[in-house]
Amino acid sequence: MIKARITVTLKNGVLDPQGKAIEHALSGMGFDGVGQVRQGKVFDVELAESDKAKAEADLKAMCDKLLANTVIENYSVAIT
Amino acid sequence: MNSAVVLLPGLNRDRDMIAALTKISGTPPVTVWQTDTEIPDVDLIAIPGGFSFGDYLRCGAIAARMPVMRAVAEKAAKGVMVIGVCNGFQILVEAGLLPGALMRNTSLKFVCRQVKLRIANANTMFTRRYQPGQIIRSPVAHRDGNYFADAETLRRLEGEGQVVFRYAEGTNPNGSINDIAGIINGQGNVLGLMPHPENLIEAAHGGSDGRALFESALGIAA
Repeated sequence: MIKARITVTLKNGVLDPQGKAIEHALSGMGFDGVGQVRQGKVFDVELAESDKAKAEADLKAMCDKLLANTVIENYSVAIT
Repeated sequence: MNSAVVLLPGLNRDRDMIAALTKISGTPPVTVWQTDTEIPDVDLIAIPGGFSFGDYLRCGAIAARMPVMRAVAEKAAKGVMVIGVCNGFQILVEAGLLPGALMRNTSLKFVCRQVKLRIANANTMFTRRYQPGQIIRSPVAHRDGNYFADAETLRRLEGEGQVVFRYAEGTNPNGSINDIAGIINGQGNVLGLMPHPENLIEAAHGGSDGRALFESALGIAA
């Protein structure tokens, strides 16, 4: 079995109001020097597959077709 | 003119859409379920608002991958009119039938109120009963209506008259780019909008500004 972690983040230039709110909250809590905060998503996926290359191709297809909205989001796949 | 309404788990404006189509066309729409792979021959397919699949992953993302949406795409390619309202707009965007994305409102708040809309293009199958530039009222109720598209897509939308509705007079409730409230595809038969015209069609609603949209689409004289 292959385990993978997929990270989905907003593309540069796409407004992230949630990240902004978190940024302000951190500053308000007294964490000085907080720069930009961007919020993303993490998916831990288990695959019944032993071929690493095949798994990676499948995971990328999953990102393109469902897990990420490539209009606004980038993704990265890490097999753990 | 016959219509169909797409039903998905978690939608909650389906009855409003069915009531509006029934009252305006005189014929109740047929309903199609998420697992249906075929849609009967109709002139207009409506995807109502709500919270399909609990807004999990992204608003409309799961619904857009259901079998019924393949059937909607096939009908749209053949020129059948498709309208998506609110969650229906999000579903059309996620399904790739309309460009861009609908993101969290800049206020981060769920906004439920009446806004003003400017008819940005009165030369579409959905807006021909309105005047160009006309201001109409419409309710909105959403948390993710902040329309976004990359610069190139935006140029195309603006250049080709694909922006159909714009929030007017500082009423933009969600921070959408260029005050965009609704867009149409290049072929001119798929419309998506965040506001709810189906909720302003008769005196009991407090006005009927949304009625002309359905009259336009259904070819009914005002």
